[in-house]
Amino acid sequence: MFTTGAKRWLLLGIALAVGASFMAHSPGFGMNRYYLGVTIDAGIAIILAVSLNLINGHTGQFSLGHAGFMAVGGYTAAKLSLMVSPAGEAAWFFPIALLAGGLLAALAGLLVGIPSLRLRGDYLAIVTLGFGEIIRVVVQNMEAVGAASGLKGIPKYTTLGWTFALAVVTIYFITTLVNSTYGRGFIAVHDDEVAAESMGVPTTRYKVTAFVIGAFFAGIAGGLYAHHKQFLSPTGFDFLKSIDIVVMVILGGMGRTAGVIAAAVILTLLPEFLRAFSDYRMIIYALLIILLMMLRPQGLFTFKLKKGSQA
Amino acid sequence: MLARLLSRAALPLSLSFALFLTGCGGGSSESTIKVGEFASLTGKEATFGTSSHEGTLLAFEELNAAGGVLGKKLELITEDNQTKPGETANAVNKLIAKDNVVAILGEVASGRSLEAAPICQQSKIPMISPASTNPKVTETGDYIFRVCFIDPFQGTVMANFATNTLKAKKIAVFTDVKSDYSKGLAKYFKEKFVANGGTIAAELDFNGGDKDFKGQLTAIKSSNPDGVFVPGYYTDVALICIQAKQLGLNVPMFGGDGWESSTLLEIGKEAVEGNYFSTHYAADAATDKVKNFVEAYKKRFGGKVPDAMAALGYDSAYFLADGIKRAATAEPAKIREALAATKEFDAVTGKIAMNEKRDAVKSAVILQVKGGAFKYVETVNP
Amino acid sequence: MDWLLQQSINGLGLGSIYALIALGYTMVYGILRFINFAHSDVLMLGAFSAFYLEPQVSRLFGRESVVGAIMIVILAAGICAVLGMLIEFLAYRPLRNRPRLTVLITAIGVSLFIEFTAQHEKVFSAKTQFFPRLLPEHSFQMGNVFFNSTDLLVPVVTLLLLAAMWFIVQKTRIGTAMRAVSYNQQAASLMGVNVNRIISFTFGLGSALAAIAGILYAMKAPGIEPLMGVQPGLRAFIAAVLGGIGNLPGAVVGGLVLGILETFLGGIPWLSSYRDGIAFAILILILLFKPAGLLGKATVEKV
Repeated sequence: MFTTGAKRWLLLGIALAVGASFMAHSPGFGMNRYYLGVTIDAGIAIILAVSLNLINGHTGQFSLGHAGFMAVGGYTAAKLSLMVSPAGEAAWFFPIALLAGGLLAALAGLLVGIPSLRLRGDYLAIVTLGFGEIIRVVVQNMEAVGAASGLKGIPKYTTLGWTFALAVVTIYFITTLVNSTYGRGFIAVHDDEVAAESMGVPTTRYKVTAFVIGAFFAGIAGGLYAHHKQFLSPTGFDFLKSIDIVVMVILGGMGRTAGVIAAAVILTLLPEFLRAFSDYRMIIYALLIILLMMLRPQGLFTFKLKKGSQA
Repeated sequence: MLARLLSRAALPLSLSFALFLTGCGGGSSESTIKVGEFASLTGKEATFGTSSHEGTLLAFEELNAAGGVLGKKLELITEDNQTKPGETANAVNKLIAKDNVVAILGEVASGRSLEAAPICQQSKIPMISPASTNPKVTETGDYIFRVCFIDPFQGTVMANFATNTLKAKKIAVFTDVKSDYSKGLAKYFKEKFVANGGTIAAELDFNGGDKDFKGQLTAIKSSNPDGVFVPGYYTDVALICIQAKQLGLNVPMFGGDGWESSTLLEIGKEAVEGNYFSTHYAADAATDKVKNFVEAYKKRFGGKVPDAMAALGYDSAYFLADGIKRAATAEPAKIREALAATKEFDAVTGKIAMNEKRDAVKSAVILQVKGGAFKYVETVNP
Repeated sequence: MDWLLQQSINGLGLGSIYALIALGYTMVYGILRFINFAHSDVLMLGAFSAFYLEPQVSRLFGRESVVGAIMIVILAAGICAVLGMLIEFLAYRPLRNRPRLTVLITAIGVSLFIEFTAQHEKVFSAKTQFFPRLLPEHSFQMGNVFFNSTDLLVPVVTLLLLAAMWFIVQKTRIGTAMRAVSYNQQAASLMGVNVNRIISFTFGLGSALAAIAGILYAMKAPGIEPLMGVQPGLRAFIAAVLGGIGNLPGAVVGGLVLGILETFLGGIPWLSSYRDGIAFAILILILLFKPAGLLGKATVEKV
């Protein structure tokens, strides 16, 4: 039943991707920088949210440093692109750059995941936060990637088609993974680590795997982001950015992929809606978080409780 | 199950998307000239964005009160980028693609200007930065302008000042590692100072926004410098000066235009006495233009004394208006040509001329803190 | 030698502030097993309360008077205690039985709400304002080592407050009730403890500590602005975890260790640009070897 669901996603995603490529060339939408820009933002947010969902939602770990992985992936991909073709004429290199970014981010995920093994809950949260900050500080001091001035002139390789395609791949991969036999391990770790351990589930391996895979896709998202905004700055990957992604996962209902996707899209579009109230925009955003947590903490899109999980 | 969730999520999802696409208007009216502005009005650097915005706003109000430009009123559409990278791209995209502005004013921070510049260049909309001093900003393309001087110039000015006026041989440099403005200024200062025969006693860094600098200042003190160059922003500088005095570091401290704000005096008080900095204009200068601006700003914004960002925001608006007038049309390409051809524009922050890189060629003034106020010391011409 | 002494004094001053803030974090965590992200904003509110109180108090007691300063501190602490209890009542109490993650996100929301509201023009506005001197400041010099009265005041106040907290928690009835609630909420309520009241009290106490820390912080660096609590709050949180979260003396130890290390390492030229990351690096290193923090006790999970 679940595999069918995932396959349905895949077909839907492919259809959307094809449709997106057509739309990208239509005036009024595709040619309008603003709408296109925000839509791509939403696509990138989906990848970020779904990848974090694997760690926070499905595996029940508490990672507050996801922006760090995004930074690693983004800077790597951007630097490689610039090295290969400063003039931005190597669109063929784009997927390679993205992959490299993702792999390096996955490595970072490994480095973060391992020390985190001995830690639980709040301690884990603060350590992941710490890693996120350390990555930011290191980047801020690396002249090779522009340090505080940032990395500029990144070629604009990201298109709606690429973003959608990769979002679909991410969703499909993670959904299939979690719903597979192997994937049961993640959910076991989430539900009760001690019980899982005593049943022979290698919890540490699952936790690290979750980090590595989550980091990989965050790195891909970072690469897309870099080639979309064409400029990277270390302050863009700070604690607040990590919180942004965490909020998407929570609002979507931890572990519910469809909900997380919807939350990612809505939270990306929301600031654009609130532009009219620019003075109060962030205040409203904060208030919304509080209200949503109080009134609907299971997430906006949870309609049926997953068996064995908490409210 | 997934399908059911999808179908339930689909409705709110597509609804919000549809709403977003239809948007709320954005038609162009024939009776106004639309100008976009992006600034950090909230978030960590809200004070800088608010200052430049207020200067720009004042300019627009004055221009419209005098009848507007080319017979039409100027409409300022401001977008906040919350001091967040990534937000700037959306803000500028919206101004260009949805609001159809003919030009864009922004930003103070070079980082965010660098994010916006390629967008403006690709869309062929002129962009005027009031206060970004990183050379790379205008290097992006021929549609990007600035009305301030750039770091290489300012760094050189202060290096010469240190060598010639302060007669310093060893200088310690204390840089804000979070700010590319600070790092750029520090780099050019060091180059010129060493070329002048001086030595760098020590190089330390701080993070903008920090409140405790004693660890680094103690190290600076042990290096026995003749002076300390602090190319940072006024809030940090004030605290640095206070803590330096507390530690018994009594050599002259000096810096760049980031020092310029009455807040420096409010917080620093006696600790900043006798220190120097370079900037764009002297508020106590005798020229009518400056006096009128200061008065008008105070009246409009509840007695606040305008700082350099406000003055530059004001100038960028008038600079644009002047360009539109000379172009005799509100067409972005023609405006660009007129702006690039500016030979001498009389601004609050000095006489502005555009060089071939579209950077402002103007003099810097050096001020000293004396008796709790900024006093003019000397002018340095390019 | 001078350099060593000077940096030690610098570090002590900084560390004491971290310790004071960390005390508040750790107290709330001990009772509720929850990280109150809004704690750092109460710090800011404390400083601003003092800022607005100062002109009125000075009129009564004169400027820079000891009595005036004590009044301001007490009033500001009181205001923030009430604010802390209000936040608990409105935002955290309704979520008492929800998973910890929910409350954590709510806390983040509250923190952001306070920060952004404070930045609004009509509230405090985003600019940095000058914090008036509450006490006359005397400078001292021992050879080439400089320090002033504030440098001495902060550690003394911190120790006094730590002693007071320890006394309250260990030797008073309400302290016993607090400890009971931290061990087992249900059992405590069965024994007749009014859990709600204890939690409110803890929040009030923690917030008062944060307010005092905020005022001391502002005395050291007299520029206040809405985001002033973020960095020290983060450092103090690390300090609390470092010392073993839930452990009062641990919070102080953690704070002092962090303050001193940050100061020494920050004074090393090529390391100073990494100062932000140093605190976290220290934390991660310590947690690798002692997962429960320096003074924490590893809790055995009963199945």
